[in-house]
Formats: sequence, C-alpha cells, structure tokens
Amino acid sequence: MMAQTDSSETPLLEVLNLRVEFPTRRGTLVAVDDISFDIKPGEVLGVVGESGAGKSLTGTAVINLLEPPGRIAGGEVRLKGQRIDNLPQEKLRHIRGRQIGMVFQDPLTSLNPLYTVGYQLEETIRTHMNMSEGQARKRGIELLSEVGISAPQDRIDQYPHQFSGGMRQRIVIALAVCANPSLIIADEPTTALDVSIQAQIIDLLKRLCHEQGTAVMLITHDMGVIAETADRVAVMYAGRLAEVGPVQNVIKQPYHPYTKGLMGAIPTVGQKLERLTQIDGAMPRLTEIPSGCAFHPRCPKAFDRCDTERPDPIAVEESKVACWLYDDARVLSGETEQ
Amino acid sequence: MTDVLQDKRPSVQPSGPLVSVQGMSKYFDVSPPFLTRVLQGRPRRALRAVDDVSFDIPHGSTFSLVGESGCGKSTVARLLVGLYQPTQGEIYFDGSAVSQLKTRRHLADFQRRIQIIFQDPYASLNPRWRVRDIIAEPVRTHRLLPEGAALRKRVAELLDHVGFSNKDGEKYPHEFSGGQRQRISIARALAGDPEFLVCDEPTSALDVSVQAQILNLMKDLQKELGLTYLFISHDLAVVSHISDYLGVMYLGRLVESGTASDIFNDPQHPYTRMLLDAIPDLEMSGRKRIPVAGEVPSPMAPPAGCHFHPRCPFADARCREEIPGITESKNVRVRCHAVEEGRLTPEVLAEAAAART
Repeated sequence: MMAQTDSSETPLLEVLNLRVEFPTRRGTLVAVDDISFDIKPGEVLGVVGESGAGKSLTGTAVINLLEPPGRIAGGEVRLKGQRIDNLPQEKLRHIRGRQIGMVFQDPLTSLNPLYTVGYQLEETIRTHMNMSEGQARKRGIELLSEVGISAPQDRIDQYPHQFSGGMRQRIVIALAVCANPSLIIADEPTTALDVSIQAQIIDLLKRLCHEQGTAVMLITHDMGVIAETADRVAVMYAGRLAEVGPVQNVIKQPYHPYTKGLMGAIPTVGQKLERLTQIDGAMPRLTEIPSGCAFHPRCPKAFDRCDTERPDPIAVEESKVACWLYDDARVLSGETEQ
Repeated sequence: MTDVLQDKRPSVQPSGPLVSVQGMSKYFDVSPPFLTRVLQGRPRRALRAVDDVSFDIPHGSTFSLVGESGCGKSTVARLLVGLYQPTQGEIYFDGSAVSQLKTRRHLADFQRRIQIIFQDPYASLNPRWRVRDIIAEPVRTHRLLPEGAALRKRVAELLDHVGFSNKDGEKYPHEFSGGQRQRISIARALAGDPEFLVCDEPTSALDVSVQAQILNLMKDLQKELGLTYLFISHDLAVVSHISDYLGVMYLGRLVESGTASDIFNDPQHPYTRMLLDAIPDLEMSGRKRIPVAGEVPSPMAPPAGCHFHPRCPFADARCREEIPGITESKNVRVRCHAVEEGRLTPEVLAEAAAART
C-alpha cells in the first residue's frame, strides 16, 4: 500500500462537477451527472460500478475521447492545475500518450493488426519523445523486457496476432507507459483475461506505477482487483458518485447502502453462506433515472427525503458519501445506526 | 490408460449417482484440408478438447468444473447434454448408458430430463418470440401438456418460480435486462420438469448484484425441486459459494476432483494451488497473491507428459514424459506424479512459495 499522500499537496488530476450528456431525439440523456474527484500524484484511484454506471465514460471524458454525440456539458477537468477539457484536439493530442496513458479492455482492438509491435511502439515513442529511430527501437526493446516479454529483440518484429491475450495486454501497457506519463487511465485492463493472467497484469501495473510514481485511474467492475490495487475507491451508480473513500473503508466498512449491498453480493472463497445479500431490481436506464437519490427505489433504508431531494456527497470520516442517512441533522439526533 | 476408479463405481445400480461420466474423451479433427495433406504431406491432427475425464454427480448436488479458457469445460457441458458425441468413454444418466438410448422415445425422455442454461442471455433467447412462447417451447416439443388452459397455467407457474408476474409473458426478450433474461432462460430450462441442469457460465455476463440474484434463485430452486447441477465457471469465488463437488480442468484433463470443501481447504494439485493463490484477496488480509508463472499452452500442441509441467515448480523428468494417472490423496482424486510420490511435503511447498515471492 502506498503511503498516504499529504492532503495539502496539489492533486494531479481534478475533476469538478463533470457532466456528460448525449443529446437524442427524445431529449438529453445525462450519462455522467455532476461528479467530482481528484487523483494525487502516484495514487491509484479505483472507479467501480456495474455496467451502465458511467465509469468508462468518466474515463474517456477525462481525456476528451467521447464518441459523438456524447459531449462534456459542464464541469472542469484539470491536469496539474491546468484545464484540459476545453483544449483544442490538436493540443490534447500532446497530452494523451505524453501525460496521460490509456489501457483499454480489449488488447486486440487497441493494437493495429497490420503493423508490427515494434513499429507501433517506436511510433508512439517518437511522437512524444525526441529520439532517433535507433534510440526508439532500443527503448522499445527495453520496454518489452520491462513488461515481462521474453526474447524482446526477436518478438519486437512480430505482429499482434502472434501474441497471446495476456502478452498483448502487456504490450498495450508498454505503449501506455512509453512516454513516462504522470497518469494512466486503465479501463477494465484485466476483464478479458483468465485469473492467473489477471494476477500477472495487476502485478505489472502496480510495479510499473510504483517505480515511476505514475498515478492510475483504474476502472473496473471487479472488487477483488480494486481491493488489491487501489489506494482510494470511487463507487458509481447511475452516472453519479455514491461513495469515495480509502480502500479499506469502502471494502470493509462501506457507508452507502448501495456499496453495502454490492459488497454483500460478492461471494468469497472459504466463506460458506447460505444466501448472498441481494439488491433487488436493476440499475435504472438513463431514460428513467428516478427523482431524488437515484438508488432510492432499490434502497432498503430509503425514506421520504430520498424520493424528492438529491443528496450531495457528505463527508463521513475520511469518505464522502452521497446519502441522506449521513446528513448532519440525522447524525446529530442519533438516527443513523451501523 | 485404465481408470483406477472404475471398479468402485456403482453407477449401473439405480442407487448410484444421477450422472456418471467414465473415461470420456472428445477429439476434434483439426487436420489441414485433404489437398494440403496430400500435396504437402501433412498428417491428420486431432485436438483433444476433453481427454479421459471421469466424475460422478450425486442426486440433488452441485458439481462444478473450473479452469482457464480453453481447458475444455464447455465441451464437457455440450457432451453431457448430447450436443456432441463423445469420441471415447460413456455417460451414464440415472443408471443407463446414454449411447445405448436408441429409440426416439428413450432419447426424448433423456432430453427432457437434462437441460442447459447458456452463458449469453442475449444470444440464447429468440428475439422474435414472446417470453411465454419461449418458456412453453420445451413443453410443446415434448407434448407434455395440451395447448390451452393447462399450458397457460404451467407457464404462469414457471414465471412465478423465477420471480416474474404472468403479464411479463406477453413481452419480448429485448424488454428485459441481462439478469432478467437469464431468469427467463432458467424458466425455459425448468419447463420440461428436468432433473439435471447444465449451467455453462450462467453468471459471467452479469453484474455482481444481479449475479447474486441468480445464484440465490438457483439455490432456492435446487432445494425446492431437488435439481442436480453441473455448474461451469471460471470464477472460483462463485464456485466455492455454490458447489458441493468440484473438478479442476487443465487442457482437457480433469486434474483434481473431490468435494468442494476438501479442495478449497486443502488443494493437492500444484495447478489448483496456483489457481487458489491467484484469487484476488477481498478480505484485505495482506496475503500476498502469487501470480501463476507463464500462460496456458495451446491445446493444439499440449506439452508431453503432464500438461502442466512447464508451469509447475515441482516438475521432474517423469512429469515431462509420463501422463499421470489418478491418485487418491486426502479424499480428493488427483492426477499428479508429485502427489502420488508424496513429494509435496509442507517443507517443499513452503520453500517453493518463498522462492516465488
């Protein structure tokens, strides 16, 4: 676990009231609704949620790679204090890859099948760093051996289809770290892989980021991966943040009823339970997000206020929880109980 | 290779297990085309997707198969429901050999008693049919009930079993979410009143909260209807939650099988140990997760001897040459020379763990 960074330190990435919309013929869909978080240098922030929670969109919105008609409709994204959400594409291209690296879920679609791995590595290195062809190739071979590919001097001239899934994901990671970015956005990097390979990839990401002090925004639906890797966790539900806090708190002692349900729903090895906790119903569609707190129709602890007013994140110890149960008035009158 | 267990198996008696698989193999012909073979002198090739697999599933229990992709677990599922014919070996269902079921009546009865739930709830339901017709299909196919009130009542009952109201039967599959569709698949599988359900990764396409709903439902139905499950998954946490018995597959071979609690508490085969080590630690106990070295080799060219030897820290010359037979060790059946020879003493294991960290 990484040492807790000083809270007065300026965050590497700040996201303030980010809102992503999709205009459609039947009205505007709000896919990411007013979320704020930050990532400190060298920190691993896990972003979890079920499908449709808007976690991948948050990742792509940070580097402004949203597919039209999706667009950032409000809020700010700041990298090292500088706004990047309103930069022209031309300038953003220098930030993507150079300062922010990306790792996507499917390693086959993020590599070009028509070029050798070496060509793709060299191209990326030379785009971002002032290097000659020979230097770039040397650096490429170094990177491949760093991500654990054996005989890199031979394999650098092979095509992506000649590598297995786990190997391809290693190459994608090599591409993401090749310009020493200060932030890597990893969107479900291990979802397509087997458990044994998953452990290898997580280990690799952790090691590289630790060595180079790179911050990671790790987007996944797998709580196990989060528990092992992240320093802090943001839990998303229906495009909103439900809870943000240190990983121990979120996993072991979640505050938000949704996080509690989510943790109870995960079976654990060696713990023989008759039934898993289940959250009835399903995540609402974007067209029919409930009023007030988006989770209230499924929430076992909902009361009338949840139906009408939308909760803002409320600080509870080190976490921030968007739930009326933790509103000051109720906490003071002793109404909440664990 | 002879199966050590065959003589002990009382499978032909009616009191035996519901499903018994003995020495089952499935080879796929992956030879180059005829002309290429003739002109370039290339030989025929066979892919051993399932290789000499034996296990029993007692009445009313859940047997799970785990393994990484390409290990042959889905092929076993397809063999059991009769979508593939085994190359070798035999499947006994309720005491009778499936390959001996020749008459249409016997086969139809077998097909009714054994049903399958697939992984992808989007691809396994016909988008042009109403849910009530999807659920009624097995009943109609096997002519179990006449059209009309009786059938409608049965469909309503099935919908109720999986937590839907009767009017949901009028809808089409696209109106439901992934978890709801999987419940429809379960209702369809139950329609013919089966005894044995083969569940091929039924929850891997679903989110955790929905997965919990499906797993709870499956457990409830098992208790209520006395169903027997073959559960296939790559998620060891899910498997440990649902299984009574467990089989671990690696490149077509069943390397370890026994009761789930025995295997999870005291795994014998080095591969099982590694798989269990690779599970993410949700308890955050600080246990260091030891990643498995290397990757699964191609099933087209599996290593000689024990398939696992290139990744195994305990492999020796014998492992590289000789296919391990089944050994009984601490209540589980293992295919491993090291276990058979008693080489895996606690000292050896501790040393290996220290070397890997």
